[in-house]
Amino acid sequence: MAERSFAKEVEKLRLGAGEEFAGEGILAITKALLQCGVGYVGGYQGAPISHLMDVLADAQDILGELGVHFEASASEATATAMLAASVHYPIRGAATFKSTVGTNVASDALANLASGGVTGGALIIVGEDYGEGSSIMQERSHAFAMKSQVWLLDPRPNLPSIVKAVEDGFELSEISNTPVMLQVRIRCCHVHGHFIAKDNKRPPMTVADALDAPRRDTGRIVLPPASFLHEKEKVQKRWPAAVDFIAKNKINEFFGSDHGSVGIVMQGGMYNSVIRALQRLGLADTYGETDVPLYVLNAVYPLIHDEFLAFCEGKQSVLVVEEGQPNYIEQAFAAMLHKAGRGTRLVGKEHLPMAGEYTGQVMLDGIGAFLRAEAPHLLPGEVRAPNKVGNGVDTADLINVVPGRPPGFCIGCPERPIFAATKLVEQELGKHHIASDIGCHLFSIMPPFELGATTMGYGLGPASASAFNSPDAKRRSISFVGDGGFWHNGLTSSIGNAVFNKNDGVIVIVDNFYSAATGGQDILSSRAGNKTKSTKHPITEAVKGMGVKWLRHVDRTYDVGKMQDTLREALTTEEKGPKVIVASSECMLNRQRREKPLVDKAIKGGERVVKPKFGVDEDICTGDHACMRLSGCPSLSVKSLDDPLRDDPVASIDQNCVGCGNCGEVADAAVLCPSFYRADVVHNPGRWDRFLQSARRTVISLMQRRRESRRLTFADA
Amino acid sequence: MLDQNSPLRPKSGAADNESVIKLAVLAVGGQGGGVLADWITDVAERNGYVAQSTSVAGVAQRTGATIYYIEMARDTGRLPIFALSPSQGDVDILIAAELMEAGRAIIRGFVTPDRTTLITSSHRIAAVSEKIEPGDGRASSSKVHATAEAASKRFIAFDMEKIAADNGSMISASLLGALAGSDALPFTRESYEQAVSAGGRGVKASLAAFGAAFDRARGAAAAPSPKPAEPAIVESALSAGRVSGPQNLLQGWQALAARIDLMPIAVRDMALRGLRKVVDYQDIAYGRDYLDRLDKAVAMDSAGHGHALSIAAAKHLANAMCYDDMIRVADLKTRSTRDRRVRKEVGVKDGSVLQVTEYFHPRIEEFCGTLPAGLGSYIENRPKLAGFLDRRINRGRRIRTDSFVGFAALWFIGGLRRWRRRLLRHEVEMAHMERWYSLALSHVPQDYALAVEILNCRRLIKGYSDTHARAQSKFDRVLSALDLLKGRPDAADWIRRLREAALKDEKGDMLDGALKTVATLGSSPVT
Repeated sequence: MAERSFAKEVEKLRLGAGEEFAGEGILAITKALLQCGVGYVGGYQGAPISHLMDVLADAQDILGELGVHFEASASEATATAMLAASVHYPIRGAATFKSTVGTNVASDALANLASGGVTGGALIIVGEDYGEGSSIMQERSHAFAMKSQVWLLDPRPNLPSIVKAVEDGFELSEISNTPVMLQVRIRCCHVHGHFIAKDNKRPPMTVADALDAPRRDTGRIVLPPASFLHEKEKVQKRWPAAVDFIAKNKINEFFGSDHGSVGIVMQGGMYNSVIRALQRLGLADTYGETDVPLYVLNAVYPLIHDEFLAFCEGKQSVLVVEEGQPNYIEQAFAAMLHKAGRGTRLVGKEHLPMAGEYTGQVMLDGIGAFLRAEAPHLLPGEVRAPNKVGNGVDTADLINVVPGRPPGFCIGCPERPIFAATKLVEQELGKHHIASDIGCHLFSIMPPFELGATTMGYGLGPASASAFNSPDAKRRSISFVGDGGFWHNGLTSSIGNAVFNKNDGVIVIVDNFYSAATGGQDILSSRAGNKTKSTKHPITEAVKGMGVKWLRHVDRTYDVGKMQDTLREALTTEEKGPKVIVASSECMLNRQRREKPLVDKAIKGGERVVKPKFGVDEDICTGDHACMRLSGCPSLSVKSLDDPLRDDPVASIDQNCVGCGNCGEVADAAVLCPSFYRADVVHNPGRWDRFLQSARRTVISLMQRRRESRRLTFADA
Repeated sequence: MLDQNSPLRPKSGAADNESVIKLAVLAVGGQGGGVLADWITDVAERNGYVAQSTSVAGVAQRTGATIYYIEMARDTGRLPIFALSPSQGDVDILIAAELMEAGRAIIRGFVTPDRTTLITSSHRIAAVSEKIEPGDGRASSSKVHATAEAASKRFIAFDMEKIAADNGSMISASLLGALAGSDALPFTRESYEQAVSAGGRGVKASLAAFGAAFDRARGAAAAPSPKPAEPAIVESALSAGRVSGPQNLLQGWQALAARIDLMPIAVRDMALRGLRKVVDYQDIAYGRDYLDRLDKAVAMDSAGHGHALSIAAAKHLANAMCYDDMIRVADLKTRSTRDRRVRKEVGVKDGSVLQVTEYFHPRIEEFCGTLPAGLGSYIENRPKLAGFLDRRINRGRRIRTDSFVGFAALWFIGGLRRWRRRLLRHEVEMAHMERWYSLALSHVPQDYALAVEILNCRRLIKGYSDTHARAQSKFDRVLSALDLLKGRPDAADWIRRLREAALKDEKGDMLDGALKTVATLGSSPVT
């Protein structure tokens, strides 16, 4: 079950024609799919499209009523391969994932799908994770569209536009027999807005209908000679059909004045930022009315030759606003102008940076520079010659003060003790080559642990250590993979590969019962029951099935000592072949979400509940912070004592502590200090609890009083 | 960089050209920034505005810095074109849920003096980089405050986390209260409260936190932030602080306190604190020893240096004499005051039962330290025997101090206090202290400042077991530079720098680097 419940959002999927939908962009897309009569949806979770998956997972009833099949696919490749259902059957299908990481994984299936082409509309919704807040390598999905010749839509970032793009995408796909990618950027996915809904549509043909009447056509299968014909078909039939559809249906939009010496062409997703820059330059109003001619590419691939040349007609120069690199669109437009022998000057990356997100300031600077160079007469005087530059406040000093705050392990995270144990083992046995993977556990590369040298892709942690397998080596490599990555790709690419190639390294599988980093979705080894999915398949069984002989299961990662012993054994045992440790404990974020309401209810209902919390004796803590170098827990922090005798702040645990146990375990395993204590509060204690407590407290306070009556006691000054 | 402060030029035919209000929220993942953004959007819509909020969710939310952005304009029936992220110099209201996030907003250019109302909670959530330094790695809050005053049009800062906690709510509620109280948005208090009530969960607590922050923001807009109070100078140790106990001990205490009254006023506060600590640690006689030692420094001191030597001696002698041994830990953990503090911190309500587990991991070193000096060193000098015993002792022990057995065990160890002077650890610690103290005092005639810095090096010694050993090694390494430095006019400064370097990282890599620099200074004194 996902981190968030979408029960409220699911109801929005039921809205009928004329009703107003209010919510996130990604949910608007979900609703649009149902309005388009989609027959099946698959995908793999990951920001920014996780919510699409989560809502559909919670919306089984609606999907059932409509006859829509939904799958939480094993990987992006699976999701894309699923679109094969639209090859022979006129069923609309959609796949969704994070891009470009997901597109990388999907590209095998994508290329095959694109080669044979589709009959039913096939839409791939890619959540473009580019720019600020992104957690992945900075690349463009555009290249995938170009190489497989699938069409790429990049609508303006508002709800009506992206809903329309879903509708257009299906039609375009069907008319041109080509899968269509719909690219939505991260902020657009999370934008809160409105659109007027339509009724949901039951797919004209469901997957059940298709199964009852199977079809085949050898000509759609990627094998010679058909594959050669596919390539010709792409350029001779499908491309012209797509161009024709985009032009006729005015998918791309024109704004601003019809004439003028300059113009701006942009990806649809850039539209709002371009308008904002023009607003700040005094050239557009609140509603985007402007005198500057704008050509907005809601379809960025293919580009429409005639449309573009018509836009350039009579213009001295045109600016291309294209985020990311290489600048494919700019290059393509430049070639069009050149071949047509036009004199319009095309500029783009001269004024705008080649790489990086086009933030508000970048856009303002770039468009400002373009206009000052090409059309200064348009600009108001105060923009052409501003009186002051910058905000006049020197912040240079502050840069050295404000600490960085990268994401890290949550309070009580079960992965923290795994890396604490790894750090302790390295203190004993020396540094090792450590390969990391994708997932929350990648936070190990950051302070305080600073463990891990590379990350090569989801489920590829152990695979990325496969070269380090030498009979001459005295040390083994350690590699990490999460349960999400394990089931995504790791079982075969990492574990299978290690068994087959007799890799001698140590593999730690971090099992937190969910695909945690993407929002806590269930996976094969999740331990919770799931009405629509088959869970509770232990990772240990799968690993054994792959042929691993040396396997240890630590079923409570908070046992730092055991974790440390197991790692030490794995690194030093005489046994050959991969040494696999499965370290299991539930993701604390999800566990709290699940348990907290139950615990609160139980306490209110008078049940006996024991609630743990950790604390620090501040007069015993010496303020060395060794505990924090093995933790980094947000609830374990430093505080100043009101005592001039003490220079350094001491450790302190705040009210958010969930009592996971890491502090005490680490203090013990690393032989740190006796300042930590665990306080278990027994709510609604039973008669025996109360009796024992009162007996104990009577004796204990007697002893305390005896000692305290014979010494001086100082009240806090 | 282009600066844009010019008002929009209204376009022809766009009579209803509304201006856009731009609001950004900077928070730390887990603080509920999303809830706040939803509330603000709701308030705007309730007031006849069109609003758009965006965020970057995903893995960035896991305890890292996050940003939420809202734009709004009066609803005229036409849809304004809103941006999806804040721009430098183009933000009207910036809400920071933590002080350094306010600093980050300023650095990123989201706060400008011509227009930005900066509302920030003044509390700190230390970043990992601040917490892991062996010394005090925390960033300077005052620098952020000072820059924020200058960088913003209006600056509203107070501890909104505390207001939230005091009212049993989350900081999102008090931040919303501060926003409402600031009047930066043209909306009524009631409409904010309606938005909170519509949320449905924890409404009462949220409204209480909202209200408290609302009032505070109203007041804070006028009142400057209070300055921390100067530490009080002790006029007479005889009257300062409350002491209780048997009559004979109180008389002994009075005699010691009378000695502090003879010291220069500047020294009294620290000396009294030191004396309390030492007597609390051991007994009246130990306090006498402390004052005897301190007197040596006081006798060599002069008002010309502001009694820096005596103050440093008062502070560090007390710390050195109250070394952290098993007896002290057991003593502190079995006191009734400790029991009360834990109950308060954990928030144990009447009718609930508290169980407390302590984490101990004794080694042969701690065991020998608690034996009589002769026996302790006898074992330590026999590695085989020590190893044999260590295998039996050296493991984690969890002791329940709410139970008879656990409490009695610690109570017994705490009771070893009266024999402490005869134990091995005491012998070792006292020898170390005497060496350090006499070393420091020996430099007073030639280099007063250097003597003070040597005393201050005691700060390096802290921690238990391995951490303590590492601290000792850093202490020794810093003082190893003395031979090279003494006689130089900047010797004191160098020792201070070395000490600060030693507090920067765990192993002392920075210190080693600094020591290399010292080695290149040349051994001949600079004239």
